[in-house]
Amino acid sequence: MIEHSLQALAQALASREISSVELTQLYLDRIARYNSQLNAYITIDADGSLAQARAADARLARGEGGPLTGIPIAHKDIFCAQGWLTTCGSKMLSNFVSPYDAAVITRFKTAAAVMLGKTNMDEFAMGSSNETSFYGPVCNPWDASCVPGGSSGGSAAAVAARLAPAATGTDTGGSIRQPAALCNLSGMKPTYGVISRYGMIAFASSLDQAGPLARSAADCAILLNAMAGFDERDSTSLDRPAEDYGRELAATTGGKPLAGLKIGLPAEFFGEGCSPVVMQLVETALGEYRKLGAETIAVSLPNMQLSVAAYYVIAPAEASSNLARFDGVRYGYRAPAYHDLTDMYCKSRAQGFGAEVKRRILIGTYVLSHGYYDAYYLQAQRIRRLIANDFARAFSQCDVIIGPTSPSTAFKLGEKAADPVQMYLSDIYTIAVNLAGLPAISIPCGFAAGLPAGLQLIGDYFSEARLLNVAHRYQQENAWHLQGPGGFT
Amino acid sequence: MKAWEVVIGIETHAQLATRSKIFSGSSTAFGAAANIHANAVDIALPGVLPVLNRSAVECAIRFGLAVGASIAARSVFARKNYFYPDLPKGYQISQYELPVVVGGSLLIQVGDSEKVVALTRAHLEEDAGKSLHEGLGQHFHGRSGIDLNRAGTPLLEIVTEPDLRSAAEAVAYARALHALVRWIGICDGNMQEGSFRCDANVSVRPVGQPHFGTRREIKNLNSFRFMQQAIDYEVQWQIATLEDGGCIEQATVLFDPDSGETRAMRSKEDAHDYRYFPDPDLPPLTIDRQWVDKIRSQLPELPAAQRDRLIADYGLSAYDAKVITGSLELAAYYETAVAVAGRSNAKACANWVMGDLAARLNKENREIAESPVSAHQIGGLVARIGDGTISTNIARKVFDALWSGAGSEADEIIAREGLQQISDSGSLDTMLDELLAANAAMVAEYRAGKEKAFNALVGQAMKATRGKANPQRVSDLLRKKLD
Repeated sequence: MIEHSLQALAQALASREISSVELTQLYLDRIARYNSQLNAYITIDADGSLAQARAADARLARGEGGPLTGIPIAHKDIFCAQGWLTTCGSKMLSNFVSPYDAAVITRFKTAAAVMLGKTNMDEFAMGSSNETSFYGPVCNPWDASCVPGGSSGGSAAAVAARLAPAATGTDTGGSIRQPAALCNLSGMKPTYGVISRYGMIAFASSLDQAGPLARSAADCAILLNAMAGFDERDSTSLDRPAEDYGRELAATTGGKPLAGLKIGLPAEFFGEGCSPVVMQLVETALGEYRKLGAETIAVSLPNMQLSVAAYYVIAPAEASSNLARFDGVRYGYRAPAYHDLTDMYCKSRAQGFGAEVKRRILIGTYVLSHGYYDAYYLQAQRIRRLIANDFARAFSQCDVIIGPTSPSTAFKLGEKAADPVQMYLSDIYTIAVNLAGLPAISIPCGFAAGLPAGLQLIGDYFSEARLLNVAHRYQQENAWHLQGPGGFT
Repeated sequence: MKAWEVVIGIETHAQLATRSKIFSGSSTAFGAAANIHANAVDIALPGVLPVLNRSAVECAIRFGLAVGASIAARSVFARKNYFYPDLPKGYQISQYELPVVVGGSLLIQVGDSEKVVALTRAHLEEDAGKSLHEGLGQHFHGRSGIDLNRAGTPLLEIVTEPDLRSAAEAVAYARALHALVRWIGICDGNMQEGSFRCDANVSVRPVGQPHFGTRREIKNLNSFRFMQQAIDYEVQWQIATLEDGGCIEQATVLFDPDSGETRAMRSKEDAHDYRYFPDPDLPPLTIDRQWVDKIRSQLPELPAAQRDRLIADYGLSAYDAKVITGSLELAAYYETAVAVAGRSNAKACANWVMGDLAARLNKENREIAESPVSAHQIGGLVARIGDGTISTNIARKVFDALWSGAGSEADEIIAREGLQQISDSGSLDTMLDELLAANAAMVAEYRAGKEKAFNALVGQAMKATRGKANPQRVSDLLRKKLD
């Protein structure tokens, strides 16, 4: 059962082969058994989950089940969920029980999915290794001495270890795709504005986007169908007609399934900076794509190398402002002792935030300061436009851009924790996508020394359905994504 | 002694009369128990997002059109970052580099002269909540309370050029602006509740000096009287300081109504760096022509236009027209009265509205909207003066009766009390003949050249008719009989 696709699970539930309560209990038992090894979950509420499962079973019994009815889903602890502790991986919110549901949570409730638990994450989604969480690091199920990636590391570890059939994540600079790559999962960041950010605790508002973390592109399509849609409570949400993101998956083409597809290979993705073993796996995957009928052409993203620098101006700038509300006044952590208002602010924030969050607040405050704003923030916004223009030019020549998701496989816990710049460079291939607001997916493309590597597929705006299809065709012919880590049977 | 020139610019925060807040669906009603009108967005829970209230934008457009400004096709909301307990997000959403209203002007009247005050801009922003340091009861002794009912209330901040040259001009501007925002229905103008509050940037310079002196900003002036007092004090303080050889340092000051003095709140050194940047949660505000045109078509006639029309069409004096167009309520009252009394009585309507009615309202401390005598009733009364049915003196009695609710219309009271003027020559003839016969001595005096005696005879005639005789007719007939 734990290897079932979401579609297979839905069929098993619809046919009453298994009940949602049984399925939920199965995962709760697995979590009870294995979570201590991984630290993937922050909060479990078995009673709450089982109550939802019972309600789902009632629906299923009436024959009213949808594609996700009764299926347990884990949610990154960045989504506010009514009555649930919602920590964002921070001491600052270690006492915050949300009085309301995020749009994403509401959408899963509407689909009658079961909320299985809240997953660990880098504090306020700031990190690429899940080591900045107040709740401790998450271990990679493929090698417990390695990081699972971040910031959606808990969601990735949970799905990889089969402690959840699928999970939600958020991606500001690669936080879905990089952990997907490091944990052998399929993870998608949709076009900015496709999924409502309402109730998703903001890190960098202009870059944050929710998305699915699952075991296949087909599963991602099912999750995306549930998550996407206009929300008037989010002014950056896009008012577009609903679409079935899985509509191309079933399409049968005569001959080669990807004939006519032009894959762009940016020189900037294939130069230095990527480990040779990962590059080898990417090259092999490209060979598979050619076999599927795709044509590869060279494209260029000349401003790509500026993306990390621009990102580490824009994201901290927005974060420094977004995190100002965590002041100890109305909710969240407040220092136990202080002598006046300023002292209360200083101590609450000094004690409530971890080192990486403070580092980014300081960077963000600096780049927005009078006299520095033009040189940093405005300049970074110009770079952002140049990068978006680079992609626009590339997509006039090709349909999909492919390259590595992460320059390496999972690195050791603690390996990069002391060197922020090295850590920031682990998102070198993912960040530009967020700056441009484009959709992208990471899918498994093989193993190096027993650790998975990810292939990144980037599409033009609103090309999610095509991206999922391009990923799906590969997964039809290659079984990397079906492999699971040992030890979680 | 040098001659000094005063330079003043005014920033006004007008609370917009929308039902809900500028970025959330909470009510903007004043006076509720603390934190009743504070939802998830207002208290800035993690994950909440702002959604712009289009009604607030419409108010800004109305204002822009009313002052002849340009309405920006694209304007941007920015975050103004600072920490304060009544600022839940840790930033205020405000327009910074690209405001919605650019330029425009307001005509003010100071004494007998008019002046055009140029406006720099007007921008939309949200209000903060309130910090309460006292009156919280024993339970909160020694602590401060936060009331977020006001947090997120829409404000239009209206900024002038440094065009004003005296406290009197500043007050005239503030009054004209206050009347305008109420006139176009975007702000209730309630200064006690803080719906309309001004900051005055004040500096002085020697006459003839081309550059401005260093300014100090007087914050939160919530009455016209305080504005006058605060600026007068500030100007005199700045001149005295400079004449003593001192210099002015840029500062924010508060006016203390008890002492009548201004005192510095913070100096330039501890000014905040607000780290403005465009709010990534809100796309730029775009306003198309159709929207502006629609709002333009719904705008009421503006005070300046109505004033010109009252002068041209009704023959009012410039002064009368200005007083009547001082507020939308007064102007509407007047127009209704004229509609009933007829245009030929427009001047008389103005006299009544600005004279007897205003005096009585003033005496009883009432606003025009609370007048016991309706515009319709005043119009009916003036009509009867105009057509000679009653004299002005009798009209005052009718007015009193209307005021006290002794009748629903002037005509009803006139008929009931028999107050119609006696104008027909027949009945007056007989009465006057009798009067002359009974007052031979006075007649003799008049004939001997004493004009006073004539007036006494008219008085006798009015007394005999209990005021109802038409005084003009009496006078005419008497002259005929005596001369």
